[in-house]
Amino acid sequence: MNVHPLIETLSRLYDADRLLTRPAQLMAYESDALTAFQQRAAAVVIPQNREEVIETIRLCHGYNVPFVARGSGTSLSGGSLPIADGIVIALNRLDRILRLDAAERIAVVEPGVINLKVSEAAKPYGLYYAPDPSSQSICTIGGNVAFNSGGAHCLKYGMTSNHVLGMTVALPDGEVVELGGESLEGIGPDLPGFFVGSEGLFGVALEITLRLLPIPQTYRTVLAAYDSLHAAGDAVTAVVASGLLPGAIEIMDALAIKAAEVGAKAGYPTAPALLIVELEGEESAVEAEFSQLMQLIEETAPVEVRMAQTADERARIWKGRKAAFSAVGRLAPDYIVQDGVVPRSRLGDALAEIDRLSASYGIDVANVFHAGDGNLHPLILFDGREEGALERAEELAGEVLELCVELGGSITGEHGVGMEKRAFLPKMYGPLEMQAMEDVRRSVDSKSLANRGKMLPAGEAESLTHVGPHPLEKAGVIFRE
Amino acid sequence: MNSVSEIQEAVQGAKSVRVRGGGSKPALSQRDCQVDAQCLDLSALKGVIDYQPEEYTFTARAGTPVAEMTALLAEKGQYLPFDPPLAERGATLGGTVAAGLSGPGRYRYGGIRDFLIGIRFVDGKGQEVRGGGAVVKNAAGFDFPKLFVGSLGRLGILTELTFKVFPQPSAYATVAAEFDGLSDLLGALDAVTRSAIDLHAVDFAPEEQGWTLWVRIGGLLTVLQERAQALRTVVSAGTGQMRSLSLYQDQEEEEGLWQTVRSMRWLTEGTGLVRIPLTPQRIPAVEEALSGSQTATRRYSVGGNLLWLGWPDVTAQAGVEQDSSRDLHGLLQELGLQGIQLIGRARREGANRDEGDARDHEGPLLGRPLQNAFLRRIAAALDPEGKFEPW
Repeated sequence: MNVHPLIETLSRLYDADRLLTRPAQLMAYESDALTAFQQRAAAVVIPQNREEVIETIRLCHGYNVPFVARGSGTSLSGGSLPIADGIVIALNRLDRILRLDAAERIAVVEPGVINLKVSEAAKPYGLYYAPDPSSQSICTIGGNVAFNSGGAHCLKYGMTSNHVLGMTVALPDGEVVELGGESLEGIGPDLPGFFVGSEGLFGVALEITLRLLPIPQTYRTVLAAYDSLHAAGDAVTAVVASGLLPGAIEIMDALAIKAAEVGAKAGYPTAPALLIVELEGEESAVEAEFSQLMQLIEETAPVEVRMAQTADERARIWKGRKAAFSAVGRLAPDYIVQDGVVPRSRLGDALAEIDRLSASYGIDVANVFHAGDGNLHPLILFDGREEGALERAEELAGEVLELCVELGGSITGEHGVGMEKRAFLPKMYGPLEMQAMEDVRRSVDSKSLANRGKMLPAGEAESLTHVGPHPLEKAGVIFRE
Repeated sequence: MNSVSEIQEAVQGAKSVRVRGGGSKPALSQRDCQVDAQCLDLSALKGVIDYQPEEYTFTARAGTPVAEMTALLAEKGQYLPFDPPLAERGATLGGTVAAGLSGPGRYRYGGIRDFLIGIRFVDGKGQEVRGGGAVVKNAAGFDFPKLFVGSLGRLGILTELTFKVFPQPSAYATVAAEFDGLSDLLGALDAVTRSAIDLHAVDFAPEEQGWTLWVRIGGLLTVLQERAQALRTVVSAGTGQMRSLSLYQDQEEEEGLWQTVRSMRWLTEGTGLVRIPLTPQRIPAVEEALSGSQTATRRYSVGGNLLWLGWPDVTAQAGVEQDSSRDLHGLLQELGLQGIQLIGRARREGANRDEGDARDHEGPLLGRPLQNAFLRRIAAALDPEGKFEPW
């Protein structure tokens, strides 16, 4: 594949400062938040408007060169890893909120808009954008759309795809289509729903219409400590069975608690397991539900219970939880974040098995998870300087994924397949399913140019190397979840 | 059809295949089955395969009647929060997904697209393919469940569905407010939908005189009265032109209000039913356009994001019978909206069908055309020989 004629043509479209080809410039784009993978692109382009994006895609199609669209590069599955000899389309400058219609409760945004900026813009109208990935202060909506990002609060209102009403999309050959619209309802196949989570394989979203929700009147957050993970798991079962519908239910184990203490000084009690439950909604309803919740929690014999009395206390509970992953970095030089899902009633089985695996590999595993929807995030700790340590950690991570599939769950709840889990998708789906996905992909993208090599096994394998945490993560700017 | 393998054989053996379930949306199923194609009746492919109340998920065969499923869920205090419509008329789960239908409760937690988490379907090659999964959170692979919501049997034949469900609120209350005119109502609508009150359903409709707005809340009985008072205040504050306001708290009576909506019992005998997505801001233009046409019964649902329109099948103009869905098609085109006819005669059977009419001007789809390159490419992959009706 000779990419030079394309770069030559691109140089007529982009000024030199927006067409990066020098190794020093390309280095910044070599990895995303899954730092175990790195790859150098032939060039990075930085478009300033949708026309430039469309033209770039058309040119890539014409010259037969693969491309990766990228936002802030916070993917935990290597979703925005460059393709060797391919082009990276950095969308960060398409960062305008084009329209915020409070009466219709929608925001129309460009793909480079940062997740949190949408909620900030909507706040004066009493509205917010619900999906809250831990990296929300830096990750972009375009990336959220590509990977159907989740967050701690998806239990009640769902993930990104539940909040995207419509979009304008450039297909992998540059043809532009409108999917969905501004209404909550639609006619015909749910094409926005199919596009969300397609990991860049169907093209690039140029404009996205998001649904906004009224900001909840109040939150009530409780933190309960238990003398075993099992007891905390039982408490989750009791809360879910009660018919209460919390906005979030989270569990952390001893190692994760320790990390959060070291990293964020959250003031958590020292215990083998912590449960966080948060209710949100109207004041009177939340009050009534909260007393029911507290009664339930008392019955599950916690060793300590703390209620957040103020917004500050609530923020501190969440800060500890959201920082737990990066903070684990202080306990070990390196770690892998896994993201699997099991049926909620199998959480106990899954945790016991992860414990067993951890012991048999002699590798520490910290557990932080969205217990309400069975979404596990084991953090596998290792020292990359040790010969073979990364490979063994990867092997353990793989066993966890296989466990999730065996228990009837999924290999990813919110991080996506990306580069990281390509080998595991065929374990979750059979050959017919893999073929159907490949057929659809080929039909949408006849040359397999858009984010080639992600999600679906294709092309040459990328190199797996150890490079340590992302610099922004070390600085505590981004978090893994 | 009693089994998936029968469906697979039928698809492999036929040139053209159409599907019907409970027949509750005859404009989709009857028409499909009248064209020159093999019609597969899926109403016998029914039954619950797996229901685990503690997981808040269930898997059932596509022909399972919605009413049977909701009764089973109710025994465990659970429900499908999107209020699947037409259950009383025999709608099946598969038909509800294929038609992409959600009822008034869709306002609170999302539509059928947000609750369908897994499917199995027979594609155009006769293969049974699985999409999605059985857990409530899953980001692995392409989201086929969402693609099949609203697919009208034109991408594949749904055989099995997995839904997530929610705990049913223990009690409900509805505030009904009457207004002199639409603009007064829309003022109140804006106030109520932007408030921090958690609304389960927001519907409105023209009455003999004026307009009525119904707003539903649900939750713990102990605080429902207090919340209903807060809701009354918000509804009242939005406008000075409210004629009256009533509160429904008797559970049976209150449920009856919404049962009427789900079952479309408000629909006048002999009129068809057309579903039209829109946004509240489009409503004044729609009302103006409708005022020039024959009187149409109608109900706006999902906070003004959906219009259910009762539309007469045939009208006599100057003594000549006219296929009136053609009028509606033109009207929606002018408004830039899309609609789908569910009950009544679809346009192809009209009394004076133009032979030269383009494809997209036929059938149950009305108004602005739907096709786009993305959909065409997907359909070409799943149904390469065009055995299902093309998009």
